[in-house]
Amino acid sequence: MSPGAQNGAVKIELGRRYRFAASHRLHSPDLSEEENCRIYGKCNNPYGHGHNYVVEVLVSGKVDPATGMIANLADLDGFVEREVLEPFDHKSLNEDVAAFHATVPTTENLCIEIFRRLKPFPNAKLERIRVQETSNNSFEYAGDNPEGFER
Amino acid sequence: MVLLTRKIEFAASHLYHNPDFSLEENRRVFGKCNNPHGHGHNYTLEVTVAGEPDPVTGMVLDLKDLKEILEREVMQRMDHRFLNYEVPELAGQIPTCENIARVIWQLLDPKIKQGKLHRVRLYETPDLFADCYRNGAEGVKVS
Repeated sequence: MSPGAQNGAVKIELGRRYRFAASHRLHSPDLSEEENCRIYGKCNNPYGHGHNYVVEVLVSGKVDPATGMIANLADLDGFVEREVLEPFDHKSLNEDVAAFHATVPTTENLCIEIFRRLKPFPNAKLERIRVQETSNNSFEYAGDNPEGFER
Repeated sequence: MVLLTRKIEFAASHLYHNPDFSLEENRRVFGKCNNPHGHGHNYTLEVTVAGEPDPVTGMVLDLKDLKEILEREVMQRMDHRFLNYEVPELAGQIPTCENIARVIWQLLDPKIKQGKLHRVRLYETPDLFADCYRNGAEGVKVS
């Protein structure tokens, strides 16, 4: 393969979107019933509610001249499936995900938890995570990556 | 600094095959994308230019000019083409989203005279895209 397949003077990131459906309830044990109700509104409904979440995963790395890829999608898909989709899809985030037993499963915290789970992906560098809770709300997290939000 | 983005769509076919790999290896690494007759996508390209709006025109750059550059450099080259065989800039490379985005960057960067090319985002499907930026201090060698 030609040397043109190197990254050269540019930085390349690969983005992939995944979907899962899950329920949650926003409730903090540190707040009174009234405060929970005032702050979280409908999201404090005791029985919870659900969303179709969209997770955007961005990774960077050198494009392998032999494959043209930063990371093989099959590897990335398998990793995300195992670390995020399988444990989160059709689950109650509050009840079924240990990280949210003591942390309110806002989408901010969900971003941080997904980033933590995907950070060890061995084949590329995790740049950032964007989670869309509804078509009108989305959240991004880049860990301690100083370049993460300059893009 | 203001970012301006223009979006275009083109349709093209491609296949992934590395002649240095065995048939089995090609099949294993590239899966369905190794089908010898190729397959196609509707690509969506978002081109973002960064700059200060001109005090007289209020524009970072004239969108008409950007539209013409995209038409000439991308649409005429890639729309309704077989990327492996009809786009010389991709010759000898696997036409992945990453490589096509980089080639588009290389084609557009010298043509954009007002403002500075900031990002090229190429969607191969709504769920798969590659972003290309000017390299920062990461130490990747300039080719």
